[in-house]
Amino acid sequence: MYPRDLKYTKEHEWIRVEGDEGTVGITHFAQKELGDIVFVELPEEGEEVVQGDSLAVIESVKAVSDVYSPISGTIIQVNQRLEDEPELINKDPYDEGWIVVIKIKDKDELEDLMSNEEYQELLEGEED
Amino acid sequence: MKKIIKKTPLNSVHKKSGAKMIEFGGWEMPVRYKGIIAEHNVTREKAGIFDVSHMGEILINGDKALDELQYLVTNDVSRLKKGQILYTPMCNNSGGVVDDVLIYCKKEREVYLLVVNAANTDKDFEWIKDNIHQENVNVVNISDKTGQISLQGPFAEKILQKVADYNLKNMKHFWFEEDIEIKGVKCIVSRTGYTGEDGFEIYIPWERTELIWNLLLEIGKDNGLEPCGLGARDTLRLEACLPLYGHELRENLTPVAAGLTRFVKLDKGDFLGKDAIEEELSKGPEYKLVAFEMLERGIPRSGYKIVKDDDEVGFVTSGSYSPTLRKNVGLGYVKTEAAKTGEEIHILIRNKKVKAKIVKKPFYNREV
Repeated sequence: MYPRDLKYTKEHEWIRVEGDEGTVGITHFAQKELGDIVFVELPEEGEEVVQGDSLAVIESVKAVSDVYSPISGTIIQVNQRLEDEPELINKDPYDEGWIVVIKIKDKDELEDLMSNEEYQELLEGEED
Repeated sequence: MKKIIKKTPLNSVHKKSGAKMIEFGGWEMPVRYKGIIAEHNVTREKAGIFDVSHMGEILINGDKALDELQYLVTNDVSRLKKGQILYTPMCNNSGGVVDDVLIYCKKEREVYLLVVNAANTDKDFEWIKDNIHQENVNVVNISDKTGQISLQGPFAEKILQKVADYNLKNMKHFWFEEDIEIKGVKCIVSRTGYTGEDGFEIYIPWERTELIWNLLLEIGKDNGLEPCGLGARDTLRLEACLPLYGHELRENLTPVAAGLTRFVKLDKGDFLGKDAIEEELSKGPEYKLVAFEMLERGIPRSGYKIVKDDDEVGFVTSGSYSPTLRKNVGLGYVKTEAAKTGEEIHILIRNKKVKAKIVKKPFYNREV
């Protein structure tokens, strides 16, 4: 449920790094907590983001939730499919439910993120 | 002081079945089981069962019970026959809504059961006691002894009929029957609900609530019955434009502004808030509750501002994705001059103006 090749934030985002690009989404835990996702507000391609800033907004039937950027850089791709099919995040959070691709500015920032083991430890603290 | 969160008699049942729990009105309640949209749809298409044991029940009895109630609420309680139910706002002296309640007539003139909002139970109980004049009228809060289950949807009657010793075909909308036996347990059953569907609300002795819940779920399985949480209850009532206390109804807004004037009977004699309501009716309210649907992408949420040509003209009280309409919809107060069907407004969502249109209430009306 928490792939090994990803890095995680404590706000439940993931990033998959390939070269100097990172694909970003929210974790299985986050989508489950939110419930049925019915709306995604996406950023524009070309926008600059700073690590920890709000990158997108995800709304479920009951909740409004910010997606925070795991890394600083430039948004080079957004998943436009989410505009009409926001439920892709529920169905497939690590693949079809990706949110943006970021051109990473400083790879050292990846050090601030968690491995899958560390993330699962964090979840054990959050779950009852 | 540590806040005490109350638990319904079904608390452990919900947790065992994996429901997600939240705090609502001082109670720990299930917000969803499988998912809000699935629960919403099953209630519209088949049947849903809801734990509403958090609702408050206040019994009023005595020779002059009717006179007291006539003064306490805005609707005309004298029209109730035994077994009949009335929906009514209960107002303060300035016409603001203290609560909206159902009044069950158990004995004409003398015995009435008030069903009130969970978060308002203690407030209402004090309010009623403070505003009663007669000494021989008893006000008893029986909320802690009364469990309540709501069975809603087109198959609700079919399901309940399998276990109730009463011909439910004879029960009309907004009527109830006492002492209906379900598996040997005497319950009050009313044809009421908060979903826009046909359905029943069942009042059960606290300690037998779990028995009835499990029984209904079991016998309803073949009809597709599913347990539903407060999330679906909220989207269902929003589509039906049924107001929710704390959102559409507040102590600083009158029933006139809320569009509930038909539940105010000015010709019945004196009642709390009458002068203020009469004045509001003669001048017209400053704000009116309207229903709107989004024309551009965005979900309206309670508290968002409503603007028109850059002027702030109101605020959102409830908003959501509507599973039945597959649109984003909301309710909100808008200045009377702008509160016209068809009028374009904007909802301020994260500082962006998002286009919406005022539409006729309700969003959803079941086919009868």
